[in-house]
Amino acid sequence: MKDRSIHVLNFVGLGFFEPAIRLATGEEVKKNLVVLFKKVFLPILSVGLFLVVWHSGARYLYNIEKDARIEKALTDRGEVAANEMRVCIESGDIGCQPNTLPSPAQVWTAYESLLSDHRIISEKKTAFAEKVAATNAQREEQGLVAIKYTGRPSFVDQIFTSLKTVFAGFLLALFIAVPIGIMLGLSETLRSSVNWLIQIFKPVSPVVWLLLVFMIVKTLTRNSDTDSSFIISFISVGLCSMWATLVNTSMGVSSVDKDYINVAKVLQLSVGQKVFKIILPSSFPLIFTGLRITLSVAWMVLIAIELLAQSPGLGSFVWEEFQNGANDSNSKIIVAMFVIGIIGFLLDRIMLTIQKFVTFTEENA
Amino acid sequence: MAYIELRNVSKSFGVGKYRTKVLSNINLEIEEGEFVAIVGFTGSGKTTLINLISGLIMPDEGEVLFKGEPVTGPSHERGVIFQNYSLLPWLNVKNNVGMAVKEAFKKMSRKERVKRVEDYVEMVNLSPAIHKLPKELSGGMRQRVSVTRALSMSPDVILMDEPLSALDALTRGNLQQEILKIWNKDKKTALLITNDVDEGILMADRIIPLKPGPKATLGPEYKINLERPRDKTALNHNEEYKKLRNSIIEYLIQIGEQRASKKENNYILPDIKPKMKPTSFRRLSFS
Ligand SMILES: Nc1ncnc2c1ncn2[C@@H]1O[C@H](COP(=O)(O)OP(=O)(O)O)[C@@H](O)[C@H]1O
Ligand SMILES: [Mg+2]
Repeated sequence: MKDRSIHVLNFVGLGFFEPAIRLATGEEVKKNLVVLFKKVFLPILSVGLFLVVWHSGARYLYNIEKDARIEKALTDRGEVAANEMRVCIESGDIGCQPNTLPSPAQVWTAYESLLSDHRIISEKKTAFAEKVAATNAQREEQGLVAIKYTGRPSFVDQIFTSLKTVFAGFLLALFIAVPIGIMLGLSETLRSSVNWLIQIFKPVSPVVWLLLVFMIVKTLTRNSDTDSSFIISFISVGLCSMWATLVNTSMGVSSVDKDYINVAKVLQLSVGQKVFKIILPSSFPLIFTGLRITLSVAWMVLIAIELLAQSPGLGSFVWEEFQNGANDSNSKIIVAMFVIGIIGFLLDRIMLTIQKFVTFTEENA
Repeated sequence: MAYIELRNVSKSFGVGKYRTKVLSNINLEIEEGEFVAIVGFTGSGKTTLINLISGLIMPDEGEVLFKGEPVTGPSHERGVIFQNYSLLPWLNVKNNVGMAVKEAFKKMSRKERVKRVEDYVEMVNLSPAIHKLPKELSGGMRQRVSVTRALSMSPDVILMDEPLSALDALTRGNLQQEILKIWNKDKKTALLITNDVDEGILMADRIIPLKPGPKATLGPEYKINLERPRDKTALNHNEEYKKLRNSIIEYLIQIGEQRASKKENNYILPDIKPKMKPTSFRRLSFS
């Protein structure tokens, strides 16, 4: 049981729980204490240190901004105004707070307010759904489209929109890059003839991809009034992120171990069987590494692309907060930053776990 | 007409300045049902020779004939046991063997195929490990799977490229007996590549040394008329065995020295390393 849970934890990349479990069962106490110290205590310590540095940094910036404000009031409107300003800032009145890097505490507050905001919006949505339920049923009978909630999306809604976009983009990358990668890997001629294309397009910035996709999609959807921003952003994400998979797949396919090719020859496998039973399985590890990179690139460029394409999601959330400049906007942006980072990390972990499931390890084979 | 025949076969690798002739003027005849062993130093071209017979590579000069027909590519009639097992690491034992059975017996029903796979795995005592992946098996077990895979296709000839070189002495002895047992059962023609003279004498009807390359050629053949089944311990006291063993080893040491003195004469050897961990050549001179 114990070994099993440790195995599972290691498998999903949560291996740092291992010493705690071993310790709890009284196994090699001294050795596991050391491991626990290294794997658990030190990381916690570094998080604490990070918060301290952040806090004092924010404090420092805050003071600079505060002094500047008071100074400005002094030169513009005299001593009384300057004193009023100082009192106003120190009272914590949101009307006159300096606008700078928020402190950890402010970010936490912003996080809580985003959550409660989400709760309120969800309640509104449910209420709305109940209200229009009867009407919608009627409309459905008449063959009309149901009335939808069109209020402001909450932060959590934005997260799911972003995940949807990134998932669509990732699938697009998968369905383009893997088949093409296989073809390129199989044919040396093809590989060398389109190599220039890959080398040139691979380093192109997400922004340029977006504009390119925009030009094309805009023309193609000229006569329909559907919202093309989702289409534009997911296609751009797919195009930006597919290169790692493309290159890795073609490399994996073209560098299959000669021994396996010899086996295929001696067994006289047909071309199709050679591809599906020998070449693909043996290049799976590389293909999956490519897919992992693709997913993390997709998530990274998504924010920038959403921001530019004005499609809903975390990117536009960040952009709107930046534009609206309310006193807790900066804190909300930092909350978004952490959320983006943590989701990116989780996505990578999920891919890693799937990879371990579907690929073989050779291990002194 | 011999069952397998190599006529003036030569093979080179590389291009331009780096082109080296690995095998030169190889002539070999193997009769049906015969068990021939070829002993030689690492890197002398033994794998190349086996690949030529299996049809994985084509000779530059000369021809390779099988049942009187030129070999044009691999065929199910010639089963190969590769030097480094070459099991597919993503398939378990059953599927590694099953893949071969499926290819060799396309018309067989699924049920018959499964039965055949199970029977062959049973034959090498691997039934308990049938669902394991290659990485979960020991070297000896892997080589058993490799042997089974080749035999399950019912080849007419079985070509073995140092099948036991990477194994420890005990496993080696066991597998030697198992291969002999299988060979004895339906008297398949067999070609064994080895770097162990004892192994050759124990198993083969004829031993032919391959001189060290480049431009390796076959040396004089040694007929082994010892009665089968041969017992390893009993052989140690057999006069004929001792004589045979000594003369083969003497010959090998002699050509080995020739090679060494060639080196002193600043003979340029190709600086190419064999892909696998070099199998220890020491066995040969000290065993
Ligand atoms: N495909 C190849 N390309 C180039 N050189 C090769 C190739 N195959 C074998 N050689 C070279 O030919 C020589 C003999 O190799 P090999 O037949 O594998 O020897 P052995 O099996 O006796 O150890 C070695 O020097 C090796 O590097
Ligand atoms: Mg070899």
